[in-house]
Amino acid sequence: MIVLSDFLILGAVIFSMGVAGILFQRKNIINVLMAIELMLLAVNTNFVAFSHYRGDPAGQIFVFFILMVAAAEAAIGLAIVVLLFRSRRTIETADWNELKG
Amino acid sequence: MNFETIVFYVFAALTVFAALRVITSRNPVHAALFLVLAFCSMAGIWMLLEAEFLAITLVLVYVGAVMVLFLFVVMMLDINLVQLREGFWRWLLFGAALAGLMAFEMIWVLGSSRIFAGRIAIKHAADYSNTKELGRLMYTDYVYPFEIAAVILLLAMVAAIALTFRRRKDAKSQAVAKQVAVRKADRLRLIKMPAENRARQGLDSTEEVAR
Repeated sequence: MIVLSDFLILGAVIFSMGVAGILFQRKNIINVLMAIELMLLAVNTNFVAFSHYRGDPAGQIFVFFILMVAAAEAAIGLAIVVLLFRSRRTIETADWNELKG
Repeated sequence: MNFETIVFYVFAALTVFAALRVITSRNPVHAALFLVLAFCSMAGIWMLLEAEFLAITLVLVYVGAVMVLFLFVVMMLDINLVQLREGFWRWLLFGAALAGLMAFEMIWVLGSSRIFAGRIAIKHAADYSNTKELGRLMYTDYVYPFEIAAVILLLAMVAAIALTFRRRKDAKSQAVAKQVAVRKADRLRLIKMPAENRARQGLDSTEEVAR
């Protein structure tokens, strides 16, 4: 019998892997974006699990909006990556240091 | 151990494996393809949670659109993989320690808590339609957020096009503002001239052709 905490633990594991992925692949901006997608997936899984176990479809509506915002974020993020690549000929994050952060 | 449990553990193992390959793989194309696998197996778990509409949306929108966009960009850009791998091992230990600590904390809280462990899912009737229910909610209670979502998608589309659009120097295009601002006097010149007898002239020419 699978209970709510099983799904939440799966979400926690995937989320932690997303966090680790940002650190592992921090030189490649595209892989960083993919790690962020993983984290969003984990969060969405938590929402769906709570929605199922509480019998409240509002959580699924929220997941729908998160999916929508994530799609918009990916589109704009990749557009920025393409723009930066065009001007600097690299996607290495260490080479983008105009802002001196 | 019933069927649902087996399905859950199979899909969970697949998702964790795919996620592990996403964050460690050398090649961004491989990472993108493993992310597709992660999305697909997570869609299976959502299906298990009776969120059919969202599971299908995840496959259609994420795998079908967003991941294809990722693959497009990865293949379009010329990436120096050797340069990108520098410093991977230095950050591996730190990242693994941080993620392990986070996962440990969350599993500790979620796994031991009595609030979450005892919940039993509410079983729906056989004719319950998840899509219908979500559609009903989305067009009644959540209609304003839904419209804002549409505007955000439009904004993303316009922003993505505006950011990457490159105007060619030799391209010919319409200047709509000038076209709208034009007045009749700029284009049309009225000339006064004496009237001619068109009918008679036409008759003469046909006679000439006949001859």
